[in-house]
Amino acid sequence: MRSLAPVFTVVTAIFVLWYLAAVALNSTWAYDKAKRADVTLTFSQMVADTLAQDKPLLPAPHQVAKEIWKTTVLKKVTSKRSLIWHGWITLSATLLGFAMGTGLGTLLAVGIVHSRAMDMSVMPWVITSQTIPILAVAPMIIVVLNAVGISGLLPKAVISMYLSFFPVVVGMVKGLRSPDMMQMDQMRTWNTSPATVFWKLRLPSSMPFLFTSLKIAVAASLVGAIVGEMPTGAVAGLGARLLAGSYYGQTIQIWSALICAAALAASLVAIVGVVQKVTLKRMGMAA
Amino acid sequence: MTWVFGVLVFWIAAWLLNVRLSKLPKSPVIALLVPAIFGITLMVIWEAVVRGMEISPVLLPPPSAIAVRFANSLPTLWVDFVQTVIKGALSGYIIGCGAAFLTAVAVDRSPFLQRGLLPVGNFVAALPIVGMAPILVMWFGFDWQSKAAVVVVMVFFPMLVNTVQGLQSSDHMQRDLMRTYGASYPQALMKLRLPAAMPFIFNGLKICTTLALIGAIVAEFFGSPIRGMGFRISTEVGRLALDMVWAEITVAALAGSAFYGGVALLEKSVTFWHPSQRG
Repeated sequence: MRSLAPVFTVVTAIFVLWYLAAVALNSTWAYDKAKRADVTLTFSQMVADTLAQDKPLLPAPHQVAKEIWKTTVLKKVTSKRSLIWHGWITLSATLLGFAMGTGLGTLLAVGIVHSRAMDMSVMPWVITSQTIPILAVAPMIIVVLNAVGISGLLPKAVISMYLSFFPVVVGMVKGLRSPDMMQMDQMRTWNTSPATVFWKLRLPSSMPFLFTSLKIAVAASLVGAIVGEMPTGAVAGLGARLLAGSYYGQTIQIWSALICAAALAASLVAIVGVVQKVTLKRMGMAA
Repeated sequence: MTWVFGVLVFWIAAWLLNVRLSKLPKSPVIALLVPAIFGITLMVIWEAVVRGMEISPVLLPPPSAIAVRFANSLPTLWVDFVQTVIKGALSGYIIGCGAAFLTAVAVDRSPFLQRGLLPVGNFVAALPIVGMAPILVMWFGFDWQSKAAVVVVMVFFPMLVNTVQGLQSSDHMQRDLMRTYGASYPQALMKLRLPAAMPFIFNGLKICTTLALIGAIVAEFFGSPIRGMGFRISTEVGRLALDMVWAEITVAALAGSAFYGGVALLEKSVTFWHPSQRG
């Protein structure tokens, strides 16, 4: 609660800056229009005009809010102009990729923790894999997978998977190794098998690490899904809305898709956060 | 079929070799050799599968074809590299990380602003900022300035959050010691808090290397002059010249690894005192 006031101040400051920037950036066009119509604008007229243009350089927050309201609440969900419809397409690719990434990441982490050879040979490549700007290659993956006949959700999910498996591997390796010597020794005195050590000790103690990684992974896989939608010819999804908006100069549409993506990211991270809280509480590990 | 069978044998042999090697006592040579063998194995599997299954080069060119293409089009690749990495990514990286660092130091004196900025910064850092690319390309034109702008926006918040956290990381005892010495604010900042923040700052810098490359390349999809890695990738995909695309990916991977490695080396020399570097 202590941080409510500061956060509110910062957010307000961002909005004020946004309005100021909107006026500053859009004023050129407003003056241009006035000159052509042979009228001189007073300052207040100019401001009013900059905040109500059709294709402004930077739309004002209320214009974006209006567009979002129009394309979510007022449109039917099945309509191709509904942001909810586009959002759902992005969301389903995100979730599929997130699930695949989490699965792959956990499997790799289990292998790495249990086999020294795997640790030494795979781990450096896992890290290298992230220095490759995969998003940049996304169009190729999409086009190639399309050519093989795989289209729709899966290609986008593959990109999401690639982005989301890395935090999970790193977090899970750390987590599965987090039980300390004393606990491992205790297990050994009980003569437990490696499988039991894994299920009873390693996995439970990795949970806090897993959830921290999952929060990063879910945000990353949304980015992957959005970028994955761009090269498919701007058919559907939030990424397609961004691309179509940039082709036709529909800045308000770009911003509304962007804000929706942001809201989606925020709620996904929040959901993981809630699951984390509940799980850790039931396991008796809540901080 | 012989290809597939042969590669299976090779794979198993390489894996057994790695298992053997990893049981030997630790040494830098082995730490390099094991992943190298694994990487070579992956390449061999790739080559053999493409040849054995007769996969069309339009879908997946074998590594040898990519290497040939890479060697043959060095001038083009170099032009693209300069346009995207040096002009776009690097300048944006320096401006963005520098601005974030200065902002963090500026808000450092006000706990009120810090408490406000940290959650907002964390929130923004999780957002799909790449989506800003079309807008920034619209504002700054098609040349490298718009790419640098995308990079600045992408790296700013991760860097800001890390630096702000780092500046808070010195503990109470140390700060109290500074106070008993009668150190002024700039002195305490320079002698204690900035050095203590270095591991966090470098963490941010390392995260930002990949973000910078991604930002610069993705921004080129929304409009670019007729050079640049993103431009080349999107046009060559259209022409189905997949070997050229893979050559660009190789450049991107090399540039990304070198960038990351460079920052990691710098980190090693600056934060030599940190436990994670001594181990």
